[in-house]
Amino acid sequence: MESSSHLSLTRRALVAAAAATAGATTPEGADAQPASAGNSSTDAGTPAMTSVSLRVNGELRSLELDTRTTLLDALREHLQLTGSKKGCDHGQCGACTVMVDGRRVYSCLTLAVMHEGDEVTTIEGLGQPETLHPMQAAFVKHDGYQCGYCTPGQICASVAMLEEIKAGVPSHVTADLMASPQLTAEEIRERMSGNICRCGAYSNIVEAITEVAGRQA
Amino acid sequence: MRPFTYERARTPAEAAAAAARNPGAKFIAGGTNLLDLMKLQIEVPSHLIDVNGLGLDRIEATPEGGLRIGALVRNTDLATDERVRRDYGVLSRALLAGATGQLRNKATTAGNLLQRTRCPYFYDTNMACNKRQPGSGCSAIGGITRHHAVIGASEACIATHPSDMAVAMRALDAVVETVRPDGTARQIPMAEFHRLPGETPHIETALERGEFIAAVTLPPPLGGQQFYRKVRDRASYAFALVSVAAVVQRDGTGRVALGGVAHKPWRVEAAEGELTRGAKPAMAAILGGARPTHENAFKLTLAERALASVLADAKG
Ligand SMILES: Cc1cc2nc3c(=O)[nH]c(=O)nc-3n(C[C@H](O)[C@H](O)[C@H](O)COP(=O)(O)OP(=O)(O)OC[C@H]3O[C@@H](n4cnc5c(N)ncnc54)[C@H](O)[C@@H]3O)c2cc1C
Ligand code: SF4
Ligand code: FES
Ligand code: FES
Repeated sequence: MESSSHLSLTRRALVAAAAATAGATTPEGADAQPASAGNSSTDAGTPAMTSVSLRVNGELRSLELDTRTTLLDALREHLQLTGSKKGCDHGQCGACTVMVDGRRVYSCLTLAVMHEGDEVTTIEGLGQPETLHPMQAAFVKHDGYQCGYCTPGQICASVAMLEEIKAGVPSHVTADLMASPQLTAEEIRERMSGNICRCGAYSNIVEAITEVAGRQA
Repeated sequence: MRPFTYERARTPAEAAAAAARNPGAKFIAGGTNLLDLMKLQIEVPSHLIDVNGLGLDRIEATPEGGLRIGALVRNTDLATDERVRRDYGVLSRALLAGATGQLRNKATTAGNLLQRTRCPYFYDTNMACNKRQPGSGCSAIGGITRHHAVIGASEACIATHPSDMAVAMRALDAVVETVRPDGTARQIPMAEFHRLPGETPHIETALERGEFIAAVTLPPPLGGQQFYRKVRDRASYAFALVSVAAVVQRDGTGRVALGGVAHKPWRVEAAEGELTRGAKPAMAAILGGARPTHENAFKLTLAERALASVLADAKG
């Protein structure tokens, strides 16, 4: 099996990647390895480039990326979709939540190259200022935020979470595993526990979600 | 993160062979543990083998009446499967008590079993840690040990295994099916899958280098009432201080496995005869020989009380 079949390395791509990673330094600066052109991609310590095509908010996007690029960095730094936020970069806060093939995930803990052909929906794809998604409108109405940093993740997570309830996915607080899960505040709180709000807008977030869920039911 | 090359494997045998060919290779499934550790340069693979495209994402009935769970079945899908909810409630409950919706949507059966410890000194690359760097010492011993093991630990390491799912699988006597780099398959009972730290805490499982997990098999349903009681510092999105996976039959007999107390899911079959006599004697037998620190001795009481509440619920 040819392990290098998905890999290609050009000087132009390397320079582009170096420029991109310089702007996307993680807290540890771990991504800021300088690229030295001329080495082969398999040499230890040299960035390896790979191409990947994703369908982002309905549009096919093809990218040439350092294999290390997370889905979050691909969205923010390469596609300029800066709605998804980087809070912790370690799966601990939820600010980077997007939907992949309809399921909510943390985009900071997955690599862009692992999503060849996948359908990615970000907050920009859910709604725009003039055409708000019902969940976005409900967050505005109920004041479901203060600084707004966690909000795109909260909204992507809550939209996908309501689909999980509809699909019968149980939760830690579901009393009877064999019954359809109910849309209680307790269920919403548990299912949204993967999205931290530093401003503590939780009670208004639950109200916004409850209103949208009620309308859907 | 250190640079790495990347490939997608097409069959389990191909994945195992690719790992054997590349000494610095790692499999990547959900990526939720591996990428976290790669960002901190605790894991530094030079090559990643993406195993998401292998089609191992199905749960099938076995001829024996159990279930065969593909290695790539996501934690959400395993917890939601009707047969699991009905016949293996302890497993469904354990999965739902772990992590968050977003993480469970990505996390896989094999990746969950192989997730690494949450010992804070393991995560802090400035500190000595025998698990991260063999021979460097253990910063936890004599350090802050509230979350650490109370039994089965060694002079080299006192870390716990963080998985909730694995605790339920130990109670159910699950079996891990693997493919070795030479293409041969084998079966490893959960009891033998995770290891105690001993002198080599960096060797955490019975897997050989490059050995690939293909599936986890559950024996036929045990019936009874099934519980997973997880005690933690927050109501959600936190690892266990102590957890109790239990299957309790009508006559009061049953099985118990504990999480949060050792380097592996902790089960002592010989102690389970004490269950009919109550939580106190049962837990004394299960945790006999425990050597807690002054900071985590509370786990012994907590485990006994968690079991007592499970047994009270089982009586109804
Ligand atoms: C903030 C946070 C909170 C969490 N809370 C909890 C919790 O409360 N309870 C809990 O149990 N877990 C918790 N987790 C951990 C989570 O469950 C694991 O990260 C997840 O299960 C790992 O699965 P994965 O598929 O993403 O593994 P990966 O990250 O893809 O892989 C993990 C390891 O398994 C290896 N591997 C993967 N698949 C195979 C295979 N088929 N064969 C051989 N090797 C393989 C990889 O090489 C790697 O070494 C939490 C994680 C985070 C980030
Ligand atoms: S307890 Fe284990 S993992 Fe933690 S510092 Fe000691 S050796 Fe490392
Ligand atoms: S940025 Fe991804 S969970 Fe915090
Ligand atoms: S609104 Fe500020 S973090 Fe949630």
